[in-house]
Amino acid sequence: MNLISSIVTLSLIYATPIIVTALGGIYSERSGVVNIALEGIMMVGAFVAAAFTPLNEAALGAWTPWIAILLGSLAGGLFSLIHAFASVDLRSNQVISGTALNMLAAGFTIYMCQIIFNMQRTQTFNRGFVKSNVPVFSQIPIIGDLFFKRMYYTFYLAIALVLITAFILKRTRFGLRLKACGEHPSAVDSVGISVRKMRYIGVLISGLLAGLSGGIMVLTQATQFTAGSIHGVGFISLAALIFGRWNAFGVLGAGIFFGFSQIFSIFSRDIPFLSKVPTEIFSALPYILTILAMLLFSRKSVGPKAAGEPYDVSKR
Amino acid sequence: MYKKRSHLTLSFIAILLSFLVASIVMILSGISPKGFFVSLIRTMTGMNLQAIGKEGFFNARYFGEFIQITLPIILTGLSVGFAFRTGLFNIGAEGQVIIGSFGAVAVGILFKLPLVLHVPLAIMAAMLLGALWGWIPGILKAKFGVHEVVITIMMNYMALYLGNFLIKALPGSDNQKTVTLHASSLLHSDFLRKLTGNSRLHWGFIAVILAIIVYHFILEKTTFGYELRAVGHNRDAAEYAGIKVPSRIAYSMAIAGAFAGLAGAMLSLGTFDYGRVLSTFENYGFDGIAVALLGGNSALGIFFSGLLFGGLKSSQTLMQASGIPLEIAMIVSALIILFVAMSYGIDKVLDALGSRREKKHESH
Repeated sequence: MNLISSIVTLSLIYATPIIVTALGGIYSERSGVVNIALEGIMMVGAFVAAAFTPLNEAALGAWTPWIAILLGSLAGGLFSLIHAFASVDLRSNQVISGTALNMLAAGFTIYMCQIIFNMQRTQTFNRGFVKSNVPVFSQIPIIGDLFFKRMYYTFYLAIALVLITAFILKRTRFGLRLKACGEHPSAVDSVGISVRKMRYIGVLISGLLAGLSGGIMVLTQATQFTAGSIHGVGFISLAALIFGRWNAFGVLGAGIFFGFSQIFSIFSRDIPFLSKVPTEIFSALPYILTILAMLLFSRKSVGPKAAGEPYDVSKR
Repeated sequence: MYKKRSHLTLSFIAILLSFLVASIVMILSGISPKGFFVSLIRTMTGMNLQAIGKEGFFNARYFGEFIQITLPIILTGLSVGFAFRTGLFNIGAEGQVIIGSFGAVAVGILFKLPLVLHVPLAIMAAMLLGALWGWIPGILKAKFGVHEVVITIMMNYMALYLGNFLIKALPGSDNQKTVTLHASSLLHSDFLRKLTGNSRLHWGFIAVILAIIVYHFILEKTTFGYELRAVGHNRDAAEYAGIKVPSRIAYSMAIAGAFAGLAGAMLSLGTFDYGRVLSTFENYGFDGIAVALLGGNSALGIFFSGLLFGGLKSSQTLMQASGIPLEIAMIVSALIILFVAMSYGIDKVLDALGSRREKKHESH
């Protein structure tokens, strides 16, 4: 039981950033803009949060990590506007622009570390998020042990974001318009809604969420920001987005599954029949599964139809 | 997409803008851009502009290292460029380099052969494995219509972990690297080393020159290359003209993978003499994207832009030594990609500026 509850708890902790970033991906791709810059945006958010924390934790105390992820989120949003400008206004190839931003983020964050901290990482912080037991809920037998003990509050934030996203996309006018932009932009345009504006908002929200997620990741899983802090979680989120078929609850499931496969390599050493399997297999698992999922879904078109194509009014 | 200016003009504008923005970043963070440019020029020419007429003005070692570092970058540029010409985006060069590199290492360790056989065999192994790693996303794209960008991204990570697993599985490997490869499989050259002040320059440059020629020949001089380009221009029209589009897509990705695999061979047989366990990507594939984009996917363009990005990558040591964070080189590379991607917009802005000037002239 102890082993199981710690596997579940850790899976959820590692799933949190994957879920939040993939939710961001939903907004961008549903609006019609492919965003493979999620990895880079997470780096920016993580860097800002991790740089803010050691410099202000003495003054701000327990509030520090919350303010830090908020700033990380804003930085991510700001950074994503470059992608929006390039792909919406300048009609750049969205994959190329995203690749450029990933490289730019990798270079820029470490460059700023050198400038601010004189080393290739941020100074270590003491006030990251702390694990805690949720009052009342943690007393529930079994469920309390699995989901409400030694947990970061950021996980519940992720769950809330899943619910909000599902609601927005299904029930609000904004959500329906956003989805329409990714399917039939010319139809949206013909009824007088600006495709440009909707796509800007879509990319901006993806940046805010990916930045938030980067902050959460570094403040729950590390003690400082380094070049390897995000180590591909942005791309795993992209995988979760596809695996979850571009909807919020799908992303929640896929995120938890990929979180589980990330920590599985740690626990497999204690499980006799798995300890022989090389850890590399577990590390590669999310990527292998994503390819299989894509093959499985390939005959049905599930992704937003117009994602990746700049909207050209003259072609209407 | 209609562009008024040539790719060459827009490329130069992109380079200038990137250097400009990077200089502004440096100035804002209290670092003089002068050191950056001095390091870059010193790396690419061997000449130290701060020591004109003094001792140590010229050092061939810098030039040798620069060429050595550039070799795999030109090859990944050819890899990405080749796929681009068929309308495919090969983000997977990174993984193809890793798997190709393993192929060369395995042949270098497991076989014992005379030099004339060993080197070609090791290079062939690298190219074949790279081709296989490129062919998989190609055939998946061709048969199932899944997007090659996502597949190749996923396969990069698979290559990273699979490569590490295989490297560690070779006899004698520890957790960081393999044993030294048999000397008969290496591209090392005492002659080139001596010529360039003991740099790591190796015979691999001949393979790179051949690769550039082959790239140009396949794409521009053969029917097969014509078909590939036709698929890249308009898939439907190509199909209508009787070209087997799915098979061309798979071949194109396989050939792209072979170029990247060759880059892997340059690393393990030339730069190093052992196989390495990687903790993270080394960005050769991403550099390749930049090289191909800036070079406009032509053989000559890729050669020259490869030199620029190779210069940026190899000047990092000198920058670090003169107190400039070496990441500025990465920032410049990223900015160049960004500005090349934005060239449609830049073209429009220049048009607007031009027409405003014309109007001014008219009113005078």
